[in-house]
Amino acid sequence: MTPTRTVASSRTPVTAAPRRRHTAPLAFLAPFLIPFVLFTLVPVGYAFWQSLHKTERTGGTFGRTETVFAGFQQYADVMSEPFFMESLLRVALFALVQIPVMIALALTLALLLDSAVARLKRFFRLVYFVPYGIPGVVAALMWAFLYDPRLSPVVEVLRSVHLDVDLLGPDAILWSIGNVVTWTYTGYNMLIMYAALQAVPADLSEAARVDGAGPWTIALRIKVPVIRPALVLTGVFSLIGTFQLFTEPQVFRAISTSVTSTYTPNLAAYSLAAGDHYSEAAALSVLLAVATFALSFLFLRFTARRQG
Amino acid sequence: MTLLTRTEGAHAPSPVRPRRAPRLSTVPVFVFMVLVAGYMLLPVYWLLVSATKSQSDLVDTPGLLPAEWHLGDNLSALLTQQDGVYVRWLVNSLAYAGAGAAVGTLLAAMAGYALAVYEFKGREAVFSVILGGVLVPATALALPLFLLFAEVDATNTFWSVFLPSIVSPFGVYLSRIFAAASIPGEVVEAARIDGAGEWTIFRSIALRMMSPALVTVFLFQFVVIWNNFLLPLIMLQDERLYPVTLGLFTWQSQTSRAPELQTLTLVGALVSVVPIVITFLLLQRYWRAGLAAGAVKS
Repeated sequence: MTPTRTVASSRTPVTAAPRRRHTAPLAFLAPFLIPFVLFTLVPVGYAFWQSLHKTERTGGTFGRTETVFAGFQQYADVMSEPFFMESLLRVALFALVQIPVMIALALTLALLLDSAVARLKRFFRLVYFVPYGIPGVVAALMWAFLYDPRLSPVVEVLRSVHLDVDLLGPDAILWSIGNVVTWTYTGYNMLIMYAALQAVPADLSEAARVDGAGPWTIALRIKVPVIRPALVLTGVFSLIGTFQLFTEPQVFRAISTSVTSTYTPNLAAYSLAAGDHYSEAAALSVLLAVATFALSFLFLRFTARRQG
Repeated sequence: MTLLTRTEGAHAPSPVRPRRAPRLSTVPVFVFMVLVAGYMLLPVYWLLVSATKSQSDLVDTPGLLPAEWHLGDNLSALLTQQDGVYVRWLVNSLAYAGAGAAVGTLLAAMAGYALAVYEFKGREAVFSVILGGVLVPATALALPLFLLFAEVDATNTFWSVFLPSIVSPFGVYLSRIFAAASIPGEVVEAARIDGAGEWTIFRSIALRMMSPALVTVFLFQFVVIWNNFLLPLIMLQDERLYPVTLGLFTWQSQTSRAPELQTLTLVGALVSVVPIVITFLLLQRYWRAGLAAGAVKS
């Protein structure tokens, strides 16, 4: 073994290889980088460019259209629309309530599955993960039927105990959407945490147990701090997902008048584009992407500081 | 090491047992886990039951109880509706997600391998830009992508949905971590000394060593593409190019005018879930191992 390694580290004897080794990384990277540039970087740049320009019609209604530079005017326009703050606050409220609920549920399940107490672990792990395999559109469709007062067994049960809630009404719809998101992603988040828990050294919990720590103490004081990176990861992913919320509200629009065309920022961007307001839509998309970046960054900073 | 320690603990001699702290009671935990399982399975169960009902029974009979068996009729109605457009949607979805994830995984594997194995100028800069791509919301890309494809007159084509789907920055990130963890530098050097070309080394050594991880990358991208809704919604007008999710969505949004589409939407949803569940179950062993490795590293 040792002789081989020595030869390898003194690279000179291998002829022609150094040259190849300069081009090789590029050759391996190019097949990914070309589509990456075309379908990720260029669209981002294009959206930004477009957000700074607007289309003007010169010479009356039937005149030519012209693209002119308008600076940040589109941004100002979009931000002055009432739907901008409304939709942003709506997803912020959603994030404040739904993400902690989902993460707490996922963490509880992961800790239980990891502890010796739980039975039938394989079965439960699989069952909890099933919703993630179901496409968001299909999940929203199913729940839409389950919320529909004419079809829903859930509403029937609620009525029988005199709880008359309209799950598709303006007050409840946000939380009805929250339920769909929680249902879909709890198992996924649980699995990430569960995988991280597997890496917690068994002697650590063992030592704590010998010292007389109960299962709750072990879970909260030893296991949770160790899997903190996994918790932060799921938190960031959930945050990004929430601010992009689109599929569920879009599906619910078909059956509920409570979901307006500007219900979430993303839905608003889609509606703007559908109405040919491309520049405003681009400005809104850019704002949303920047806000998502900033929030993820702040969240990471915040959790990192608390850890230290 | 860890395994050994754990086994020792499980078979600990009796003196240790009594010193254990009181155990979390098993019964409430079990009840809780069953309740959560019920919550996770309720919509699926309801879908299964409803898919077997006729349109009138769907409205008139209790939602959670089976009624007259109509699954056969519903299935044949599903397959014949609009000249079998549903089958077309399923095939499209398999093409978008299956081929897209396969190509995307290969590209991600190559890029991740290059970033892990070679040292070259600007490596970290390239990696940072790719990582930035993970954070770009897919929905923020859909609109500009539409406008760009419109410039070259390529919207409403198979490629307009397929090509953007093969880019997976997250796949590159995972591949790099896995490649760095699973391919020892000495193996690559030894192969070089034996005269193997760089591509041969990648194909015959690296790909094999990375394969469990690549199954994870493939699965996650498969799910992402299969679930993608906004991009096809924006790009496609021709129903015959729709993926199954978009097709079901259009049926659902027509139910107020054509109530019989309700049953078709439900049966279609059920059928569309079957391939993805089968894939997940078959590849369970791989994605769990891959997920564990990813979580440990991050």
